[in-house]
Amino acid sequence: MSIVLWVCGITLSIAACLTIIRLAKGPSILERVIATDVLLLILSAALCIEMTVNKHTDNLIFVLLACLVGFVGSVTVSRFVTDRRNA
Amino acid sequence: MLDTVIDVVAGTFMVVGCLMSLAAGIGMLRFPDLLSRLHAATKPQVLGLLLLLAALGLELRSWVVLPVLLLAWLLQLLTAPVSAHMVGRAGYRTRHLRRETLIVDELAAVVQAAAQREELEHGADGQRDRSDFLD
Repeated sequence: MSIVLWVCGITLSIAACLTIIRLAKGPSILERVIATDVLLLILSAALCIEMTVNKHTDNLIFVLLACLVGFVGSVTVSRFVTDRRNA
Repeated sequence: MLDTVIDVVAGTFMVVGCLMSLAAGIGMLRFPDLLSRLHAATKPQVLGLLLLLAALGLELRSWVVLPVLLLAWLLQLLTAPVSAHMVGRAGYRTRHLRRETLIVDELAAVVQAAAQREELEHGADGQRDRSDFLD
């Protein structure tokens, strides 16, 4: 199980780094919204893996909350994107 | 014996679920425009989360947490298309997409038909703030 933990940790770290690069580069706010969503999902994936390895359910509520926050955030931002180019 | 099998299955699920996140990260960086990045972002949202929650359920082995895991996944399954639709809609309206990467654009024909119908009903001097939609 510890090998699995290492593999998952390294994979998620690389994924988070790539997403943060997109978050910094992203030409428009919509790209940044998607990147933030993916980053939140990587975070909840890390919470799931920590729960699986240590066999407890303490973080389950945070996984649920991450779903809701990601949904509300991306819908709100994309609702108010109206400007033509440099939105 | 059975414990080992379940552990192996859960470990495989975890690794594959993490690879979904990695695929999303690579897609975010490498794909050319908003809509294809939107496509990449969906991978960990549905399949990745399903695999990780399944691994968690396999390791915990209690019926009590199963409804919570199911709720988390269903919530994600319901909200992911809505938020993706909103982002894609805003991207289409503000033209954050590359036309040359599209194979077919069915929405353009619909928008054009709606503009023509509006012109028929209200005359040519009607309100024409549809420049957002048309290229």
